[in-house]
Amino acid sequence: MNQNVRHLDDGVAVLSLGGKLNMVSAPAVRESIAGLVAGGSSRVVVNLEGVEFLDSSGLGALISGLKSTRQAGGDLRIAAPGEQVRLVLRLTNMERVLVPFETAEEAFARA
Amino acid sequence: MAGTIVRTRAAVRLERRHRERDERRLLLVRVVAVLTVVLGLNYIGWRWLFSLNWDAAWIAIPLVVAETYSLIDVTLFALTVWRARRRTQAPVAPAGLTVDVFVTTYDEPVELVLDTVEAAKRITYPHLTWILDDGDRPELRRAAERAGVGYVTRGQDWHDRPRHAKAGNLNNAMMSTEGEFILILDADQVPEPEILDRTLGWFTDPRVALVQTPQEFRNVPARDPLGSDAPLFYGPIQQGKDGWNAAFFCGSNAILRREALMHLAIARYVAQVERNVHRALKQAHRVLTRALARDNGDDPLLDAALAALEHAVRETRRALAQGEPVGLCTFRLQRAVEEIAEEMVSVQLRELAADLADLGEVEAAQFAGSPPSETLHQLATGEASPLAAFAKVQALIRSIDVDLGGEAQPLMPLATISVTEDMATAMRLHAAGWKSVYHHETLAWGLAPEDLRTMMRQRLRWAQGTVQVMLRENPLVQRGLTLAQRLMYTATMWSYLSGFATVVYFLAPALFLTVGILPVDAGAVEFLLRFLPFLAVNRLLFLVASRGIPTRRGRQYSVALFPVWIRATRTAIGNVVFKRPLDFVVTPKTRQLGGVPWRLIFWQCAAAAVLLLASVVGVVRILLGVAEPVGTLVNLVWVGVDLAALAVLVPAIRYRGFGTEKGAIS
Repeated sequence: MNQNVRHLDDGVAVLSLGGKLNMVSAPAVRESIAGLVAGGSSRVVVNLEGVEFLDSSGLGALISGLKSTRQAGGDLRIAAPGEQVRLVLRLTNMERVLVPFETAEEAFARA
Repeated sequence: MAGTIVRTRAAVRLERRHRERDERRLLLVRVVAVLTVVLGLNYIGWRWLFSLNWDAAWIAIPLVVAETYSLIDVTLFALTVWRARRRTQAPVAPAGLTVDVFVTTYDEPVELVLDTVEAAKRITYPHLTWILDDGDRPELRRAAERAGVGYVTRGQDWHDRPRHAKAGNLNNAMMSTEGEFILILDADQVPEPEILDRTLGWFTDPRVALVQTPQEFRNVPARDPLGSDAPLFYGPIQQGKDGWNAAFFCGSNAILRREALMHLAIARYVAQVERNVHRALKQAHRVLTRALARDNGDDPLLDAALAALEHAVRETRRALAQGEPVGLCTFRLQRAVEEIAEEMVSVQLRELAADLADLGEVEAAQFAGSPPSETLHQLATGEASPLAAFAKVQALIRSIDVDLGGEAQPLMPLATISVTEDMATAMRLHAAGWKSVYHHETLAWGLAPEDLRTMMRQRLRWAQGTVQVMLRENPLVQRGLTLAQRLMYTATMWSYLSGFATVVYFLAPALFLTVGILPVDAGAVEFLLRFLPFLAVNRLLFLVASRGIPTRRGRQYSVALFPVWIRATRTAIGNVVFKRPLDFVVTPKTRQLGGVPWRLIFWQCAAAAVLLLASVVGVVRILLGVAEPVGTLVNLVWVGVDLAALAVLVPAIRYRGFGTEKGAIS
């Protein structure tokens, strides 16, 4: 799994992932988000554009990221999920909690 | 080549012969099962309708209720063994699966944990071994490093939050590991090297979430004084449950599919978040409506704030009802509430500053501009605010976040509603449509308690946990379970309620023998004609279903531990209904020292004394010619059976632990 971080002008951190977000990569993603929050970025967008596969463990990493950002007064949002990712979000009902945005820039556009 | 083929054919023939024998035996079990239920109904129906002694209803009714309890118990057993088949071998374990082996420990001696860890390292299928140390012991951490295995302990998040015992320990470790499959071993369960090779093949069926293997012990002598072995459970009962796709998860020596557990966790997380949010919003709405109704318009500022809050809450509820995502709605609502609070306070402060300025106070100028954000925050959130309703709603809305802040981690793959997390988790897996497998081959050897006190504490814990699940997530009303699965879970829970029936079974004969009160209003012959056939097939059912394994010890203990079952039910109800602690204790794996623990077995001694005394009185009454001889004889036999069951405690008290017996002889 590839990970890469950039910061938007308004202080929002964008974590772009590539490859499989599954039980193998979940712990690393969890750590990355915790690291961003610890570094002062509590508003995080996870860009899922490059993620070709997401499983329950991967979702688990996003949820624990959501927890750490919310506790720091921010939020975690997801952007640009592909077909399989959308399907998993729908099947698990997770789209009720994590709403997919089209692009990372849109995610926090309206706060 | 030819040799291989010949052998294979022979194996196939042998397998077929075994199958045919199994099927014949199963047919016999079914015939006896039907007979048991029919003759049981014949007896109990007659007892309810034609033989209740209404003059002694206070004992007649409890007795017939206890008997009905027992009939339901044996009916559920009959249903269980109806499908008790031996499985064939598992498919060959596919190569390349990733497996984590978790050795869970709390306070067991380091040596004991390391024995298990060394054995876990010798498991032949490629895997990673982890020690899950809930005791957070530095020496165990060092030992793990030396042994070259992983070491997991609870992090900061668990501080001051519910720890959820073993379930919490496992859930914590699941977040930092990544294997597709998880083998769970209690600290004392030393695995065989082939444990994974023999079991992983079952997971080639993608719907299988759990494979449970038996729990057997390496420190139990043949006569098993503490009734540790459970050959009926880890045999016909689990095989029968397996037949209905309801094989239980028993906490250790089991392999689980991570994806299935994570799936459960996420489904529950979403459901819980939605439930929390709806509940909090409803409550906020109620508080606000009440506050607005009571408002007398004295304070226009407060009115405006309350109205703004009410609007925000109403908008959020409307958005949720229209299917807008919970995540965004709660985030927006929280922002809105913060803004309303800050707006209100800054207006207040400006007014205050103006008042002060009128009074000519110099410092007022400091306040006039923008108030320091810290003061603002304090006033908006702290007790400084007099606006109780406002503060309450604000607190409510803060509490409804999607992070389930009251828990250490939002995802709890293993159920945390019970001290027996295993049963609750398996039931949720079954309800979610997953399959389970009972693999009847001992692949790990554990340590049983070696003294009565520890054993009783362990049984208490199992019983408490089971009753907790029965009260919190009753299988009879769980969506997603098949009828048979519901009944399989109910069967186990039902059996833990036996303590109350046992008390009645002690009291009824004692009352007859001493004062001649007969709860059954019928002639002795008629009674025996109805009762004895039922009793006989009942015993026969256990005999054919158990295929020759000894079950007597288990039946004796289910009677002799009646105070434990009663206490378990009482404390579990206290815990679930009245939120009282269970006084939960971990089962020590090492022997506890001490003399005869009379307090432990007070009620059993009392029952034995009453029964003995009643027998003496009964005999005397016959000799005096005041008692009815056939009835007295029946009751004396009954008392004899009760006493024989209680007597199982005598060798249990005298037992001095494994390995002490040979020394005693020489």
